[in-house]
Amino acid sequence: MKALLVAECRGGEFLESSYELAGFAAALGAESVMFCMGGDAPPAFAGTLYQADAAVCGEFNPALHKALLLQVIDREKPDLVVFCHSSYGWDLAPRLALALKAGQVSEVVALAEGGYVVPACNSKLRRTVRPSTALTVVTLQSGAFPPLKEEGAAPPIISLAPPATEGGMEFLGYEAAEIGEVDLSRAEVIVSAGRGIGKKENISLIADLARAMGGELGASRPVVDAGWAPHDRQVGSTGQAVSPKLYMACGISGAVQHLMGMKKSDFIVAINSDRDAPIGEVADVLVVADLKEFVPALIAQLQV
Amino acid sequence: MKILVCIKQVPDMESKFKINGEGLWYEEANLAWRINEYDEYAIEQAVQVKEQVGEAEITVLSVGPERVREAMKKALAMGCDRGVQIACDDPWRRDSFEIASLIAEYAAKESFDLIFTGMQSQDRGSAQVGTLLGEMLGAPVLTTVVDFSWDGTKITARRELEGGMKGVVRTPLPAVVTCQLGLNTPRYPTLPNIMKAKKKEIVSLPVADLAGVEGRLATEKTAFPEKKGSGLVLEGEPREMAGQLLGILRLKTKVL
Ligand SMILES: Cc1cc2nc3c(=O)[nH]c(=O)nc-3n(C[C@H](O)[C@H](O)[C@H](O)COP(=O)(O)OP(=O)(O)OC[C@H]3O[C@@H](n4cnc5c(N)ncnc54)[C@H](O)[C@@H]3O)c2cc1C
Repeated sequence: MKALLVAECRGGEFLESSYELAGFAAALGAESVMFCMGGDAPPAFAGTLYQADAAVCGEFNPALHKALLLQVIDREKPDLVVFCHSSYGWDLAPRLALALKAGQVSEVVALAEGGYVVPACNSKLRRTVRPSTALTVVTLQSGAFPPLKEEGAAPPIISLAPPATEGGMEFLGYEAAEIGEVDLSRAEVIVSAGRGIGKKENISLIADLARAMGGELGASRPVVDAGWAPHDRQVGSTGQAVSPKLYMACGISGAVQHLMGMKKSDFIVAINSDRDAPIGEVADVLVVADLKEFVPALIAQLQV
Repeated sequence: MKILVCIKQVPDMESKFKINGEGLWYEEANLAWRINEYDEYAIEQAVQVKEQVGEAEITVLSVGPERVREAMKKALAMGCDRGVQIACDDPWRRDSFEIASLIAEYAAKESFDLIFTGMQSQDRGSAQVGTLLGEMLGAPVLTTVVDFSWDGTKITARRELEGGMKGVVRTPLPAVVTCQLGLNTPRYPTLPNIMKAKKKEIVSLPVADLAGVEGRLATEKTAFPEKKGSGLVLEGEPREMAGQLLGILRLKTKVL
């Protein structure tokens, strides 16, 4: 079996998540080749690397990147094309799959005897799917497969010439994330509010608990999107990554994008009215309760 | 301007799920259904574009059984003009490629200028349908959009990248936009608009009338994930649990 791994680069830097693609190929026992748009320092990878010039082709240009990948696929005849389930991967993978008449499996978390396991319903369920096409495109959930960095010299590189493809979309560049005042990555205690707080007014309840615990207030994305907390409080893949000694998730279901930001915390407490909430899988202690009753009770006991 | 919004109806994610008799998906009985969260942003954006350009017609489309008409009625009450149901009792059997093909077959005949979808559904989370639809129609697709503007000639959109970074893209119409959380604040339908929506038409197209394609993925099984269950679960009376929790925190962490 041969896999084409589509690595990622940003601003010339090779993204660490790309090593998970190599880890996945190893788990499958597949031979692999890699494609990366640009990248100044080639990754530690024991196969051939196909590269195109990002200054010419653009770091984001789906039509052109698809055309380049089709060239590589024509040459290498892989059985599998592997992307990260990331803003780059989920954007490009379906375009490529359609062009190749290939089945696509999104957000693979595990392998199951030729099938792929993917999450459903916010990770409350797991679905095993099997493509019926010979060539398959998959995207991998971040963190699901251990990264593999290979020893030795830099890989042989084959440079790809840019194809004459336009694609109708202009990429105007990147904008940096808004920088806030709070650096949650240094907090020892974080008490985070999720959508389970129900309404804006209840944010003060969680903020009170954070204060009583001597920590900072954090939040899940819907709380930030609703304007109940500022963006610099958001924990997760599109917010901040944190690793406090104690993380308390109040009314947070435990979606993978939230977990990505907080699962490195030393000790995790979740307060949730749903005993089956996926946050229970990472929590050291799951308190099954209505937070509107439990949080005041906790604050009261902290104050005695 | 002709605008299409594609929506899916999904169960409340806080539901107690059961696996269906075939072991392939969740049991649909006794679930509370709602509009896929990502699609609410799609509806709102379509309505905002209509408010901006004045002359526009918004079609809301959903593939699914009778119950999806409820979701479409809400979209009509939020400001969409007409509904199209691709009537199909078991959309969960179809993969993203089949669903996108059905919508593309309908949309190709209508020549929409602008199509909005959610970036993914909450139950399947494949993040494929919008992108496939655009590619099938030969239109540019802007994915994971958190900021959208239309200047009369071109769309400028911000795509959300990891860590809160954004990528700015621009394209003329026709185009497909897949909407990410936080793109806008979806409005609540007002009572007068709910009343008005009752008069708006919802056309039903039997799925058999669309040519259809073979899917490329088969579901082998759906199951609950294995519980690692290493953590402690506290259940009971809040005051007692608060005391227990503090005891544990004093023992296991040094933060109190
Ligand atoms: C590309 C992408 C990037 C994303 N980035 C992030 C990110 O950086 N950070 C992030 O957080 N999310 C992110 N998300 C969103 C993520 O998928 C989830 O939608 C989000 O994390 C859910 O937030 P929540 O847990 O607060 O809300 P919900 O999922 O709605 O969960 C609410 C929880 O509260 C519980 N609850 C309800 N009422 C009560 C009560 N009275 N007492 C106790 N518990 C109660 C419920 O049982 C439920 O478990 C991203 C999504 C995508 C697609």
